[in-house]
Amino acid sequence: MSDAVHVEHAGAVGHAHHPALQHHFDDLEQQQRAAMLGMWVFLLTEVLFFGGLFMAYILYRSWYPEAFHEASRHLSVGWGFFNTLVLIASSLTMALAVRAGQTTNRRGQLLFLTLTIVLGAAFLGVKVIEYGDKFAHHLVPGPDFQFTPAELAPAAEIYFSLYFAMTGLHALHMIVGAGIMLVMLYMAWRGRFSTEWYTPLEVSGLYWHFVDIVWIFLFPLLYLIGGLSVFGGGTGH
Amino acid sequence: MTFPFMPEQGSTMAARVDNLFFFFLAVSAFFAVLIAVLVVVFAVKYRRRDETSVGAPIHGGLALELTWTLIPFAIAMVMFVWGASVYFDLARPPQNAVEIYVTGKRWMWKVQHLTGQKEINALHVPVGQPVKLIIQSEDVIHSFFIPAFRTKMDAVPGRITTLWFEATKPGRYHLFCAEYCGTNHSGMTGYIEAMEPNAFQTWLGGSPEQEGSLADAGEQLFNQLGCVTCHSGDSQARGPDLRGQFGTTVTLADGQQVLFDEEYARESILNPQAKMVEGYLPLMPTFQGLVNEDGLAQLIEYVKSLSQGGETPTPAAAPGGTPKPKTTPGAAER
Amino acid sequence: MHDVRSTVPKGEAFEAEAGLPRTHYLNATHGTAAWLLTKDHKRIGLLYLFAISFFFFLGGLFAMFVRLELLTPEGDLLTSEMYNTSFSMHGIIMVFFFLVPSVPAVFGNFFLPIMIGAKDVAFPKINLLSWYIAMIAGFMMLTTLLMGGVDTGWTFYPPYSTTGSSSNVVLAALSIFVMGFSSILTGLNFIVTVHTMRAPGMTWGRLPLFVWAQYATSLIMVLGTPVLAITLGLVFAERVFHFGIFDPKLGGDPILFQHLFWFYSHPAVYIMVLPGMGVISELVAAFSRKQVFGYSFVAASSLAIALVGFLVWGHHLFTSGQSAYAALVFSFLSFIVAIPSAIKVFNWTATLYRGSISLASPMLYALGFIGLFTIGGLTGLFLAALGLDLHMQDTYFVIAHFHYIMVGGTLLAYLGALHYWWPKITGRLYTEAWAKVAAITVFVGFNLTFFPQFIVGYLGMPRRYHTYVPEFQVLNVLSTAGASILAVGFILPACYLVYSLFRGGVASRNPWGAYGLEWETTSPPPTSNFLVTPIVTRPAYAYTHADVVSPYAGSTQGERDTGTEETQRV
Repeated sequence: MSDAVHVEHAGAVGHAHHPALQHHFDDLEQQQRAAMLGMWVFLLTEVLFFGGLFMAYILYRSWYPEAFHEASRHLSVGWGFFNTLVLIASSLTMALAVRAGQTTNRRGQLLFLTLTIVLGAAFLGVKVIEYGDKFAHHLVPGPDFQFTPAELAPAAEIYFSLYFAMTGLHALHMIVGAGIMLVMLYMAWRGRFSTEWYTPLEVSGLYWHFVDIVWIFLFPLLYLIGGLSVFGGGTGH
Repeated sequence: MTFPFMPEQGSTMAARVDNLFFFFLAVSAFFAVLIAVLVVVFAVKYRRRDETSVGAPIHGGLALELTWTLIPFAIAMVMFVWGASVYFDLARPPQNAVEIYVTGKRWMWKVQHLTGQKEINALHVPVGQPVKLIIQSEDVIHSFFIPAFRTKMDAVPGRITTLWFEATKPGRYHLFCAEYCGTNHSGMTGYIEAMEPNAFQTWLGGSPEQEGSLADAGEQLFNQLGCVTCHSGDSQARGPDLRGQFGTTVTLADGQQVLFDEEYARESILNPQAKMVEGYLPLMPTFQGLVNEDGLAQLIEYVKSLSQGGETPTPAAAPGGTPKPKTTPGAAER
Repeated sequence: MHDVRSTVPKGEAFEAEAGLPRTHYLNATHGTAAWLLTKDHKRIGLLYLFAISFFFFLGGLFAMFVRLELLTPEGDLLTSEMYNTSFSMHGIIMVFFFLVPSVPAVFGNFFLPIMIGAKDVAFPKINLLSWYIAMIAGFMMLTTLLMGGVDTGWTFYPPYSTTGSSSNVVLAALSIFVMGFSSILTGLNFIVTVHTMRAPGMTWGRLPLFVWAQYATSLIMVLGTPVLAITLGLVFAERVFHFGIFDPKLGGDPILFQHLFWFYSHPAVYIMVLPGMGVISELVAAFSRKQVFGYSFVAASSLAIALVGFLVWGHHLFTSGQSAYAALVFSFLSFIVAIPSAIKVFNWTATLYRGSISLASPMLYALGFIGLFTIGGLTGLFLAALGLDLHMQDTYFVIAHFHYIMVGGTLLAYLGALHYWWPKITGRLYTEAWAKVAAITVFVGFNLTFFPQFIVGYLGMPRRYHTYVPEFQVLNVLSTAGASILAVGFILPACYLVYSLFRGGVASRNPWGAYGLEWETTSPPPTSNFLVTPIVTRPAYAYTHADVVSPYAGSTQGERDTGTEETQRV
């Protein structure tokens, strides 16, 4: 054998492995680093996933500023604001759930994960109400689309295409997030998380915060651009 | 059977593009041969003579790395600058160019000359005079490609693109659609007929179905669609006076300045609210769906004609100016 | 000269080899479920190998339809619809189902963990998931095909794809959308693996260049693929929900699609070729038995390509009517991105200098790559030059250029990698003479196919043409003749490699006398790659005499007799 590689017995056999340690990792610390980095890289992907839609939004908003303002007024700023508060609150409960994992506080984990799921569900419920409202008012892109003033209709349809694409994709992420939280709840119930190992909780927390942050961008870009002109009083027509 | 290695040179730019091409070819050949020779020489000279031999312990050399970074960089910059200079001449039509409207449609090229002649899958042009094509598409993306002139331009639905060339010798050249446009893409071909100026004038005048110029057709359409009701030229008119406007810079409601060119005219017809002229209300309806690309070409040409032929391009206030177009009854409601 | 290649270890020697186990990853567990539910990166690599080999030959079949049709100027073999579907399916299958996954998913999966001394990738379950996602996408694409295929070209340009085409655009776009997630997950896995799973002593500066190239590729996969996914998602929404994002009739902009599409698809060219470049670095080092000249420059150039590659997408839009100044910037950056590729070619060539060069079959592919990639790269400069691109855009010159990169580059690297690592993967030796014949056949056939296309492209033959003018015929006939030779060159390896599985000699631990962690373990490796975690003490490719002199490389023997083979099957 060459001297290139000195083979030694790494991974001492002396101590017992943590049940969560996967065989291909040397220790929990390495496993945790991998999981965290994996989630960060995944979120990087997500940023670009939404990025394509934001690019389209920027382009068309600069082309059709008036139609975007007009169309934006058909959104309910009240519901949007409510949902923003809901998500900010859910970020807090999520952070507290991670904290409870870190301190091996099983009851805290169960409580805050449940709250996070409830808040997420509330957000989605409001979204259902809002979408229903758009259907009722023929603001869904397609043959039934109606918009006044008529000359702004084509650009307003683009606005609503982007509205549904962006909030729909976001809502999809919320649904996936709620599913992940249910798994976390189950794992917490089984008492899997402790100071020594709470990686899944931490990683799914990262994901949840990311989805919240996306909404923090969506809310002003979609809801407030028309509202601002309402408060500003006229657009100089 | 013989076949050509180089396409025919039919335009003023063809030789310049070919010279650029030969420069690139020479540089490429030099490096390709250099690498190939080195690889073969090394592979033979340093072939493994003993199964247990290893190569010399050479790890690299900064001087060499810099050499083969900087020299290719310098050559690349020469290539870039030369390529860009040819491009700017290819992309910018001269002022005195003859304008011709071209519309791509699956699967044909429709041509409208200013004098009113229409052609399909053929384009007659004079030799020795720059020709500017104003290109539109009715459906999907096409590309107007004349290999002998070494240039092409996409026909993009929803916008106007331009292409120019100056044919140098009479003859018939291939016209291809170069952007894939569906089933009969390879059938969307035709020819460019470059003619001596005299012959071209004869050809222009000799068309039997002479219906009047493109601008005349545009004027008819202008009246028919009711454009004239608002763009009447009166000082109280609801729309801006279009006389003398083409080619000038207009100020928009938000204070921006835009050039009144073909693209602006087109956008203002199809998407009037996009760039509102200062001082006017957003009353104009869109004509999307009411006027096709041929009609757009006519309207644009008419608007252009309002800024030519001795009329002084004094903006807006042209008091007493005879409102040239008369309102036709049918179009009044719009 | 090629004794090492055909070396067959004696049974005793093999048995005696440092107490190697008789079990390895191939025979550790048996049964279909053990394979389809495996989390072993090596088995997943093989699953990919089967899948993409199938897609390669399927894509090749469509290429043959195209070439046969172009034998004559008239459209006499296929209808226009069939022809358009053929080149579209050829492009889609080759790009998304062969080239993008090829080297990373097969050899990256198999060797990246081994080369950094890891037991597996960081997320083995996600790795398996990404294969299943790829298979779902593959079945969707096959369904598309059975329903009549798609005729938009692999570029899906609207408004043709959204309103013009009556083919199965929705399913095809969805299939590529799904496929994208497979490549995102693979990229994510590799990035995390390289960051967190390196063996003791395997510093960044000691990583094999193949790993560097995979790392750079993974960055592009993670950053670029989601943009393609969302773009095709919008095409899907346009057709299904009547969104108007790309439809000019509804106020949208078809050029926005081109920007978004090429923002992914130009970097995707580097997804396809960078791993190949990594392979070539390995091959040139192994068959020159020498450190790659300018290791850090070659490694850094991979990253430079990955990053600058994201800034050049606009050079696909020179004739789309974009502003002249945007064109200027994109042209400039396109010349810049050529420099790191040039650096690689010069460094590979310099590596040969005073090497101990063996012209074994993988090296033939590597040297072929260097020559063909050079031509492919240089002709890319023609297209980056604004003044030339107006003439050459969308002609056969472009086709020839990117086939020199994709086939002359990536595919040759893929075949080189397959031959180089075959003994390690299967534990078997193939017939070297046939491998050499195949390599030369591919090289000759390739050049005959694609070199005439440069000429016919400059003459002005547009791409995606079902019929063409008669003066282009001679060059097209040459091209089709070349394609037939090329096809033979691809079928040959399929035959002798499969044959080697049953009749080939047994491979030793290190049949090439190469240096690298993958040659330190058995052929085939055990499930955990190494019985004990290796500790690395030297840079990559630091060849010494001792690395080459191995008790298992020495005796010469051609085809081995079946009797001993049985005894040596482990």
